[in-house]
Formats: sequence, structure tokens, C-alpha cells
Amino acid sequence: MQQCGIFHETYTEDMAIFQTPFSRFWMGLFFVFLAIFPFISKPINAVLGTNTLYLANLIGIYIIGAHGLNLLTGFTGQISLGHGAFMGVGAYASAILTMKLGIPFLIALPLAGLITAMVGMVFGIPSLRLKGLYLAIATMAAQFIIEYAMRNWTTLTGGSAGMSVRPPSFFGFYIDSDRSYYYLIYVFVILATIYTKNIIRSRPGRAFVAIRDRYLAAEVIGVNVWLYRILSFGISSFMVGIAGGLWAHYVLVISDEHFVIWLSVQYLAMIIIGGMGHVMGGIYGAIFMVLLPELLRIPEHYLTVINPNAFAIFHSLRDGVFGLIIILFLIFEPDGLAARWHTIKNYWKLWPFSY
Amino acid sequence: MPLLEMKDVYLHFGGIMALNGVSFGVRKGEIFAIIGPNGAGKTSIFNCISGLYHPDRGKIIFKKKEINKLSPHRRAQLGLARSFQNIELFKGMTVIDNLMLGRHIHMRTDLITGGIFFGKARREEVRHREVVEEIIDFLEIQNIRKKPVGTLAYGLQKRVELGRALALDPNVLLLDEPMAGMNAEETEDMARFILDINEERDVTIVLIEHDMGVVMDISDRICALDFGVKISEGRPDEIQSDPKVISAYLGGEEVV
Repeated sequence: MQQCGIFHETYTEDMAIFQTPFSRFWMGLFFVFLAIFPFISKPINAVLGTNTLYLANLIGIYIIGAHGLNLLTGFTGQISLGHGAFMGVGAYASAILTMKLGIPFLIALPLAGLITAMVGMVFGIPSLRLKGLYLAIATMAAQFIIEYAMRNWTTLTGGSAGMSVRPPSFFGFYIDSDRSYYYLIYVFVILATIYTKNIIRSRPGRAFVAIRDRYLAAEVIGVNVWLYRILSFGISSFMVGIAGGLWAHYVLVISDEHFVIWLSVQYLAMIIIGGMGHVMGGIYGAIFMVLLPELLRIPEHYLTVINPNAFAIFHSLRDGVFGLIIILFLIFEPDGLAARWHTIKNYWKLWPFSY
Repeated sequence: MPLLEMKDVYLHFGGIMALNGVSFGVRKGEIFAIIGPNGAGKTSIFNCISGLYHPDRGKIIFKKKEINKLSPHRRAQLGLARSFQNIELFKGMTVIDNLMLGRHIHMRTDLITGGIFFGKARREEVRHREVVEEIIDFLEIQNIRKKPVGTLAYGLQKRVELGRALALDPNVLLLDEPMAGMNAEETEDMARFILDINEERDVTIVLIEHDMGVVMDISDRICALDFGVKISEGRPDEIQSDPKVISAYLGGEEVV
């Protein structure tokens, strides 16, 4: 049911994200699904033997962070190995603002984002001089410095004992169930996705991509490369800080060991698998990274029936399988799931007469 | 008073003097060509003017203002645009996006209005899209406007790069070998575009080119360079008959 030939009469129409009634219809259907998912998750949980609503919330939080890293790495071409720690900054900032200063959640969360943006911009200063691997090492230093601060600044963060956080409340309602938190998270997911898409299709996003593709040419046509590099770090950290804040108020206990370099690597893996430089890349990547370990748990479950030791054997293999799948991905689909999706869509467009 | 002026500019790389006291002035409205054998320092001049190289000594004056200390993007805002010898387009982006980047300095959308998009940012997009579409019409590249630049043929990429520089709405346009690697027809088209840009849009043009036929035909004045030293400057017919140019650049042969 694809339209053959899309004809625009105004530039506004040409800029629309969903260009055909067909894609608008499916998008609408998808939003309906998102809205009713918490009510149909129970039977799904029973079949899969896992809490899918919890997984959906986790995916939502990772999507926000992955969009942030995608803006920085996928679109501006600046690698960061510090986003795990930046997420921690957001989590702690939001926790401290609400718990110690008594600021309401809805104000504390954007403030936490701003604080993270500030921290990200400071650690982004090396990006003015460094690129590629060198920048990776510089941002890794940020990761370790922030980790150290979270662990040892005990008066502020509670050190390795962690810090307990209250669930957010609006006008006396506590958002403390998976279901209510789901709606809170997905409001932010939708906002973050629209924001990312809008940035990419307007002036700042084009400047980011120009810096990624050819920074000398970008400079010569009038893009303030220094400013945009720092802005990219700022906006990217802001989003990952929001993700951190949402995470803190969801899991209710935060400690430094959540925000280690493994989380930074996971974020990078998400956008690489999902597709760097595609807005959908962050979404696909987050879904993939959360669901893959869960899917690997299913064979474990069935093999235990045959051999009681299977759990022990397979569990230790799981990380290996996880790594193997990522490697296979990089070999066979280096452009990520977003590119694969495009290929599939283009194939079906003309099916069955592809030639 | 020249619009763009190099005053006694020196530039060295290690022990090599790339520019050895080069001075010239480009008057408003003219087509000014810089010629010289390979390695004479022509592209170095462009890099000094657009701010990618910093001269050791000497002044670069644009619109009566010394621009030596300005960063490249500030110079672009002042009205300097250039194309590159080896195409420097943003390969993954479409032709439209490349040209829209040329409008960057004329647009105001920031991370907040851009993120909201509807309203201010969209109106601005449409307004500048109209300018870009006008350039697309002018360069006759309508049919490729949505194609990623990396997939285009070489001649078309050159044209898109010219379009991107033009989208800046510059006062002075620096063109680094716009005809390099083109066939006769493409060269002719490009020469016509350059003349049109100069006459209809009132853009002063500084041109580096090896195709002597074109240079002699379209330029008002020519500056000849050899080993970083200016050896001659004048009208095409003066350059053609200058014995220094003939011996240095053309190896003693007659100019076409």
C-alpha cells in the first residue's frame, strides 16, 4: 500500500517527517500500542516469564541516553567513553536536588540535565584539540574522574553505600509503580526523539554533520566549529543526564557501581548496533541491548529441563554469546539496524516485482 | 582601494618558503586569476585568505579591515566564500543540505528553536530553502537535489561545491581550480556560470586555474606566481607577452 510518487507542493510538506498517510497511519497505530502496552503486559509476562513492563522502562531510559550519545558520536563524530559517568552525574544531581534540597521532581530533573550538560561541556573541552582515539582516551579520563568523585565524595553522594531516592510525586500522587513510571518515561522518550529529529533537520544538526564529515570545509563556510563541538557535548550530556535522573527515581537506590565504564561501552554499542547518524539508531540499539540478554535467558531456561547443570554452563557462556552477536553484527551490518530497516523497506516497496 | 588585498605576505613550511612577500589587490567586481606552475603557492594564498593558514608576516585586508587574526568562520561572515581544489563537500548529505549549510551564517535557529522546529525555525527553513532552490535552478541541478553528494559524478560535485559557496551570498568568491578534471563541455558550462555569478550577482571572483584558454578568456586581470614570488600582474594580453611568465610557467612556448 505504498503511494507511487510523492508530490509536494510546498517546502513545508517536503520537510514533514511522515510524508505519506500510510506512514502516518502506522505511526498512529504504534502510539496506540505504546499507550495500551502497560495494560496488556500481564499476559505477555506470563508467556515470556519476565517483567516486560520493567524491560520497557529500561529501554525507554536507554533510548533517551542513546539519542544523546548519537547526537555526539553519530552526528558530530566525536566519540565519548564518559557517557556512563555522565548518566551518573544526572542521577546523583537529581537525587541530591530532590532528597537534600527538597526541590520538586519536575524542576529537579531538568536542573539535573543542565548540571550534567555543564559537566559534559567541561570534559568536552579536549574535543577542541583532540579527535578519534585521542578523544576517546580523554573522555575515558572523565569517566574515571567522575567515578572517583561519586565513590569518594561521601558527604554528597553517600559513597559506595549508595543513596536512596524517593519516587517522584505530583500533587500528592506517587509515581511508584512500573505502570505509572512507564508513562512518565515514555513522555520523555517521545520528547527526546522529536527533539533529536528536529535538531537534525534544522541548522544546528546540519552544522553537527558538517563537522563530522569535513570540519575544515565547515569552518570555511562559516560554522563556528569550536562552539558547535562544545554545544554537541552539552546537549548530549543533557539528554544522558535526564536519562540518569529518570533512572535514579525508578530504581530508588543509586550507587557508583551502576555508572562504570561498562555502561559507557554499552551506550556506544547501542548506537553502533542501532545505527550511528540515524535518529532511529538510538531506539533500535537500546531495544537490542536490553532484549538480547533476556532472549539469551530463554534457551537457558529450557535447557535446564534436560540437564540441571545447563544453567551454570550457559550462564557463563552468555556474555560470550552476547559479545559474539555484537561482533557478527559489526561484520555483517556495520551501518546498524537502522540501515538494515531501510534496506528491508526498499525491498518490499516494489515487491514482488523488484526489477 | 581594492576590496581584497594581500600586503607583503610571507608563509613558510619548515625550510620551504611557500609565499615570499606576495602582494596584490583585487578590485570590486572583477575576475582576478592567479596562475603559476604546480607548487607556486596559489592554494597557499587561498588558505591564507580564508584563514586555514596563518602567514608569518604581512597583512590581508578585506573590506578595509585587517583579517589576519580572524578565525575562518568570522571571515565567512564578512563575505568571503571559497571552493576547494579537492572537493570538500559533506558527502553523506544531500545536495539541498549541502547548500543549506551555505546559508548557515544567514540563519539564526539554535538548539532550542531548532528542537521545537515548528514556528520560527520552520519559517526560517522555508525562507532559506527558497534561496537555495533559486541557486539550484541557476546551476541547473534540479534533478539531483535530493541525492547524497557522494554518489554524484565529479563534474556535478564541482558544481554543487560552487553552489554551496554561492549560497553564502559572498562579496568575494575564491575558486580553486573549478575546471580541473572536466571535459570541454563541462568547462564551458563552468566558465559561463562564473561569468554569470560575476555579472548578475555582483560577486568579485578570485580564480586559480590551469586551463589557460579559460583564464585568458574570462579574467579581467591575472597575477602570475612562481616559487612563492609574484612574477607578473596585469591584463591577460600583458601576461601573455610577459617574457618572465613565458619562461617560468609556459616553458618558452607561445600562449594559446
